Amino acid sequence: MPDTVLLGDEAVALGAVHAGISASYAYPGTPSTEITEFLIPYSRKHGGRPHASWCANEKTAYEEALGASFVGRRALVSMKHVGLNVAADPFINSAIVTIHGGLAVAVADDPGMHSSQDEQDSRYYADFAKIICLEPANQQEAYDMTREAYELSERFHIPIMIRLVTRLSHSRAIVRTGEQRAENPIKKVPVAGSWILLPSHARKLWHELLLQQTEFRRYTESCSYNTLALNGSRGGLGVITTGIARNYYLENVDELKVAPSHLHIGAYPIPLEKVRKLIDHCGTLLIIEEGCSFVERMIRGVIPPSIAIRGKESGELPPDGELTPDIVRAAVGLPARQGVELAGLQLPNRPPQLCSGCPHAETYDALKKALSGYTESIVTSDIGCYTLGALPPYNAIESCVCMGASVSMAKGAAEAGFHPAIGVIGDSTFLHSGITPLMDAITANADMTLLILDNETTGMTGGQPTILPPSRIDKLVLGLGIDPNHVHVISAFRKDTEKNASIIRKELEYHGVSVIIAVRECVETAKKKKREALAEVTK
Amino acid sequence: MKYDIIVSGVGGQGVLSISAIIASSAMQEGLSVKQSEVHGMSQRGGAVVANLRLSDKPIQSDLIPHGTASLIISMEPLEGPRYLSYLSPDATLVSSTNPVVNIPNYPQLDGLLAKLRELKKVVLVDAEKIARDKGSAQAVNMVMVGAASPLLPLKIETLEQNIRTIFARKGERVVDINLQAFRAGREAAQ
Repeated sequence: MPDTVLLGDEAVALGAVHAGISASYAYPGTPSTEITEFLIPYSRKHGGRPHASWCANEKTAYEEALGASFVGRRALVSMKHVGLNVAADPFINSAIVTIHGGLAVAVADDPGMHSSQDEQDSRYYADFAKIICLEPANQQEAYDMTREAYELSERFHIPIMIRLVTRLSHSRAIVRTGEQRAENPIKKVPVAGSWILLPSHARKLWHELLLQQTEFRRYTESCSYNTLALNGSRGGLGVITTGIARNYYLENVDELKVAPSHLHIGAYPIPLEKVRKLIDHCGTLLIIEEGCSFVERMIRGVIPPSIAIRGKESGELPPDGELTPDIVRAAVGLPARQGVELAGLQLPNRPPQLCSGCPHAETYDALKKALSGYTESIVTSDIGCYTLGALPPYNAIESCVCMGASVSMAKGAAEAGFHPAIGVIGDSTFLHSGITPLMDAITANADMTLLILDNETTGMTGGQPTILPPSRIDKLVLGLGIDPNHVHVISAFRKDTEKNASIIRKELEYHGVSVIIAVRECVETAKKKKREALAEVTK
Repeated sequence: MKYDIIVSGVGGQGVLSISAIIASSAMQEGLSVKQSEVHGMSQRGGAVVANLRLSDKPIQSDLIPHGTASLIISMEPLEGPRYLSYLSPDATLVSSTNPVVNIPNYPQLDGLLAKLRELKKVVLVDAEKIARDKGSAQAVNMVMVGAASPLLPLKIETLEQNIRTIFARKGERVVDINLQAFRAGREAAQ
């Protein structure tokens, strides 16, 4: 097979295709989006195989992948790290059922929070679920490990996690690919009860999973992704790297006078025998990992270690943010390199902002006008481009916690006695996690107003289609049983700002649930559609 | 041989397309390439940077270490100097002089450009004017690739061939404008 240039995300996608997946499911989320962005056109070009689609949220995506496994087919489900919180229920329980068709879960963590609200480390989730986690260090491993994940999944009957991080997901390199494997034949789960997690079955299956841990460890002790090289005489420096931390270490290691002993971990559970061998050989241990101090904390434990351990816990490496070659350079004791200096130059930051002509900007103007008479108000919001409404010049929103929380928090604040309480949520976020709290609010007839910003797309991640067409959002809201007099569809144009402000104002004065849907297509999506239409014509 | 390039600009300016043209040219010349990009939130009008690494040996880190980059190509005069700490002391900043003013505290332009001229090695190009002269303001990216081309360890023919390939879909006229923009950028830098 020829070499191909792929993003880390795309290497996972192509690895899954070549492993013979039948289906792939996801909800867009940086830095995982490009997995499915690769698979959807791939599928279109290959007669709809494998099936690849966006889903309402990560939980539905995960469960749809489980359905494929249930009938013996291989499936991929992908998400960003916080997406796994949403899918945590099916994820944890899928480790207990007897996975049938291979299932790989690609989770992209975002150390440094380039585009996220936290930097949680998914390796804890894999450990919690007691499954195997593979952590690629480069694009080639992303491809190879994804292929291998399916073999492991079918051999051990568990889901396998592929843990990615932003720098790998969004970096391109040449990947050597292998042969395409055929899809599995359709064949239902052979053992009755192996997917029915009634307590009586679940206890047995959970016990079996615990017994299997020895086999998982045997695999990670011997697999080619966990490599140990003991160098020099006893008592020297030993280094443990995990995932892409290895790249930063190798970038610097040639400059060290004595090559340290080195254990690289790319497959979990942690290969304890290899760790012990390294510790026996070394006087000092440096642990370099991208994300939390997952390996370090496990090795430190609570009993004082026999050798000195350096890492994030002891401050030789920063406990938060992303690693860089320079941070690792300092940790291995090499002097900093000097770049070019230009004294006396002021460099103001340039934060991201709403695009020029963005419909959200017009709706925020209308909202601020509507609120102008109140001495105090709260505007809870959510996750998407419209979160940028928190920044000047808008300063329009006051919270961004997790998908859907704008709706539930506004309800909670209203029921705590605060008025006016307004929730602001995007269309895609509403369909992801906003409907269920709106049901709560309508049932309680909470004194709140919900503003749904419908830009007809999932904007922040690059303009994926929303799971329902925009024209159906008002019908969906009405279907929940809300008083139709308090549901409005407005258009988010500048010329309508005064009119929109008065509609919002009127609904703030109404003491019950109101929903106002502000509609206008995202300017970027509109441009993209125009470009695609033009490309179609000139083809 | 190792040649690390930082490409900087503002979201939407085409940092990734500049990077892509150099990367594909380097691969055609048999070099290893790693290209780290920014996707997601920062692309919305914020500062954007790509780390592009070319080498005749395998490349480890996706990120360029401090003090080692051979070149910064900046689409915008304020965005280049953000990365000077990555630039090797004897390396060059190639920057467009055309500002994107989307923040309230953008520095006064003449002062900023005067400051950039203090650098030991700097090439400043009025990319927008050159692109417009050649027939399309959209060709600024190719002006900047042209302005950087005398410093790149790549053959001019390979770069031009890649420009042809990338724009072929848009017709002969667009190919021609972009090739002219590339050549004019190269001339302006020399």
